Amino acid sequence: MPEPEAAAVSAVAPLPAAVPELGDGPARRLGLLFWLSAGWLALIVLAAVLARWIPGLPSPTETGVGPARQAPTAQHLLGTDSLGRDMLARTIYGARVSLVVGFTSITAGLLVGGALGVLAGYYRGRFEAVVMGAMDVLLAFPALVLALALVSFLGPRLGTVSLAIAILSVAPIARVIRANTLTFAQREFVLAARTLGAKNRRIIVSELLPNVLPAALSFALVAVAVAIVAEGALAFLGLSVPAPQPTWGSMINEGRTLLQQAPHISFVPSGAMFLTVLALNFAGDSLRARFDAREGRL
Amino acid sequence: MSARFLLKKLVQLVPVLFAVSALSFLLLNLLPGDPTVAIHGPTATQESRTRLRHELDLDKPLPARYATWLGHSVTGDLGKSYVSNQPTTEALKQRLPVSLELLLLSQLLALAVAIPLAILAALRPNRLLDRVSTGSAFGLLAIPNFMLGVLLIYLFAVRLHLFPATGYTRFTENPAENLRSLVLPAVTLGAAELAVYLRLLRTDLIATLQEDFITMAKAKGLPTWRILLRHALRPSTFSLVTVAGLNLGRLIGGAFVVEYLFALPGIGALTVESIFKRDYIVVQGTVLLVAVAYVLANFCVDLFYGFLDPRVRHARA
Repeated sequence: MPEPEAAAVSAVAPLPAAVPELGDGPARRLGLLFWLSAGWLALIVLAAVLARWIPGLPSPTETGVGPARQAPTAQHLLGTDSLGRDMLARTIYGARVSLVVGFTSITAGLLVGGALGVLAGYYRGRFEAVVMGAMDVLLAFPALVLALALVSFLGPRLGTVSLAIAILSVAPIARVIRANTLTFAQREFVLAARTLGAKNRRIIVSELLPNVLPAALSFALVAVAVAIVAEGALAFLGLSVPAPQPTWGSMINEGRTLLQQAPHISFVPSGAMFLTVLALNFAGDSLRARFDAREGRL
Repeated sequence: MSARFLLKKLVQLVPVLFAVSALSFLLLNLLPGDPTVAIHGPTATQESRTRLRHELDLDKPLPARYATWLGHSVTGDLGKSYVSNQPTTEALKQRLPVSLELLLLSQLLALAVAIPLAILAALRPNRLLDRVSTGSAFGLLAIPNFMLGVLLIYLFAVRLHLFPATGYTRFTENPAENLRSLVLPAVTLGAAELAVYLRLLRTDLIATLQEDFITMAKAKGLPTWRILLRHALRPSTFSLVTVAGLNLGRLIGGAFVVEYLFALPGIGALTVESIFKRDYIVVQGTVLLVAVAYVLANFCVDLFYGFLDPRVRHARA
């Protein structure tokens, strides 16, 4: 997952678990903010999935459903854009692109990077050195350039954007998962399983995976946020799903030249993306503070 | 720093640089699409294409082309753009100052705010200042730079007319205008890094302040500011130095989105333009530059650890 710039994948380097000291002890509950974040995410996912059946919601690509560049009114709750398209509809349909790219790319990245990380952390030795060396080389590449090049040569489509971001997410995910695996691979229950004659495969699947998974999933939430930002950056540069299909990044770019007359055209999708990224970061960090065994640097 | 330590690190550098250069080369050569179509257009004759393939060495096997390319690159010849016919090295030289200036300004800005703020926050963890700064940093991290850039343009260019919205004035033309044209891009670029630096340094400082040598310093009756600046700060900067160093390496290649958004003629903008024009050779050159800069930055960070904490020299050498 990238830094749009930094936002782009290299920025994806795992940030330290947020504010661990703010809580009150290890048995901390997930607080109000976590549930607010979860609520926003649920809302945006539901709206994106059910977009077609929301009563009164015009098509996101139909022009002239209202006067152009209108600030929010009762008919158009979030106003209209430069072609008189409904901003609420465009924001909701734009969420589809962000969510699909975010979740599919990170799911793919988690499968590949997670597998590499677990195997490297369990088998160690030369295999680990080669895999992690390759990941370091991958991380040395400017993430956004890789994504730009891939998408522009393969053609800007939902699939290629997801693929590019998935490739970029493999290295950071593999590193985090490996670090988590290392802390468990030395534990007594793994030794016990081995003493009882369990094969490597069994140890990995039934001893290590259940322990690594919670931390992996909480990291994945933060990774989805980075992927959404990366897709936004690509769309901002005009290299995501082609117009007229709306995406948040391209909507922000469209409004850029109209800041004087109609700033809401940029600000509405910005707000949606900000809240979504914030919610994903917050949910991911809260979960990680509970599950991640890797607090030190490994 | 011992010569052996340095030598060992240098030797480790060679295979990494090799791998990075090979990947830069492969990346653009394995992408689908025929560069001759991009250059001569889809209507070109088969004959002119064959000639071009020969000129570009595209008819030779991949390993041979890599060897030639690597040999030329080492001597500073990164090939010519087949869109503008300008040598890539020259284009990079022209644009490097813009990216470097943006990089320096943004990092200075981020560090100048993050370091004092982190020290004050770590001094009294969980008090008002700490909570406000940590909370704002968390919020700042959720604002992608293209979004922040648009917001800053709206506030400071469209509304307040304090800074130009886009464009770049050369330093030699007008130093004051030059700085004015870089304020918004530098803030846009520095903001997210500020948040990262603040979080890293604050966490590390809080950990250091619980160590025995700090208790010892306190017991000796040293003033708080002296303990913080002379005893605690240096050993707490490992994560900060790592991340800031890598950022320096990464941003030498330009800040793609920020340069595009503010129309700054830096390396990032060059890369984006070249990708749009399918100007393979230039993209290859900029990718190589960024990747090598990143690896070298990583190397320097490693060496710098030994300076920050003498224990590292002995542990690692």
